[in-house]
Amino acid sequence: MTDVKDAAAPTRRAAHGKAKGNERRRRSPFQVIVQVFGELLITAGLVLLLFVAWELWWTNIESNQKQDEALSSLFEEFQQAPAVPVPQNSDGGDSPEPADPPVLDEPAEGETFGVIYIPRFGENHARPLTGGVGLDVLDTLGLGHYPGTQMPGEVGNFAVAGHRQTHGQVLDLIHTLVPGDKIYIQTKDGFYTYVFRNNQIVMPDQVDVIAPVPTLPDAKPTERFLTMTSCNPRFGAEERIIAYAVMDNWQPASQGPPKEITERVAEFYGKEG
Amino acid sequence: MYAWIFRHLPGPLWVRIILSVLLVAAAVVLLMEYAFPWLSQFNPLTDSTIGITE
Repeated sequence: MTDVKDAAAPTRRAAHGKAKGNERRRRSPFQVIVQVFGELLITAGLVLLLFVAWELWWTNIESNQKQDEALSSLFEEFQQAPAVPVPQNSDGGDSPEPADPPVLDEPAEGETFGVIYIPRFGENHARPLTGGVGLDVLDTLGLGHYPGTQMPGEVGNFAVAGHRQTHGQVLDLIHTLVPGDKIYIQTKDGFYTYVFRNNQIVMPDQVDVIAPVPTLPDAKPTERFLTMTSCNPRFGAEERIIAYAVMDNWQPASQGPPKEITERVAEFYGKEG
Repeated sequence: MYAWIFRHLPGPLWVRIILSVLLVAAAVVLLMEYAFPWLSQFNPLTDSTIGITE
C-alpha cells in the first residue's frame, strides 16, 4: 500500500508542476494587467494602514523620546543656572502677599524654557514648554508658546498649543480637566501654579482666545492667564478645544517645588545627579 | 508582479526569501523615515493651533 503511494507521488507532482507552468504561460495580457493592478491596490491598502500606525503610534514613541531628551537638558541648565534672587516685598518681610513673580524673556523659536506638570493627566505628567507653534516645535518638543503672547507669571495670557493626537499627544486628556485642577509650570526661576477654570470649544479661526484677556481683545489684562489650545474633537480637527487657567501662586526655585509635584521634580533631578 | 519579482531574485529559495524580507523592510523604513513625515504635514489631525493655517 505504502509502496504504491510513494511510486505515484513523483508523477503527480510532475503533472501538477507542468499544469501550473502551462497556466502561467497561457495568461493573456489583460489578465496580467488585472493582476498587477490588484497587487498594487493591496499594496496601497497596506501602506495606508502602515501610515495610520505610524501616525497614531510610532510618532508618540519618537516624540516622547525627544521630549524626554529636551527635559533632561533643560534640567541640566536649571542646575547650572545661578540662583535667582528672590523678589522681595517692599517691606522685605515674609508677608503673605507674594511679590510679583519674575518673568522670562520670550524664548527663541525651538528653545525649551520650561516644564508643565498637569497631575490630572497622570501623576507622572511632565512636558517641555518650547517657543513657537510651528509643526517642527509641536511635533517634537511638547507644548509650543504662541509668539507674542505673555510668559508664565506675566499679567496677560501665557498661551500654548499642543497635539491632542500623534507626536506625544501632549494634550490628549485636555477634556478631563476639572475646575480647580492645578497646573504647574517650572522655569529656571521657580514654580508657577495655575488653577484650571474652564474649557471652551471654538472654531479654528477664533484667534481672540489667546488675547491678553481671552476672547476680549480690547480689554486691559489684570490677571495672569494660561491658555492651552488643541484640536477637537479627538481624532478630528474641525474645531479647537481651549483650556483656561488663572495663576494662583508663585514660589522661587530656592523654595523647592509645590507639594503635589515634589516627587516628580525630584525624579528629574535624580536622573541628572 | 510580486511573483515575477520573486522569480527574478537570484539564488536558492532561502536566499530569495531573505532578500524579499529585506526588500520589504527597506520599503517600510523609507516610508516611515521620509514619506510619512512629509505626508503628515497635510494631516488635519496635527492642527492644534489657533488661527494658523499651515
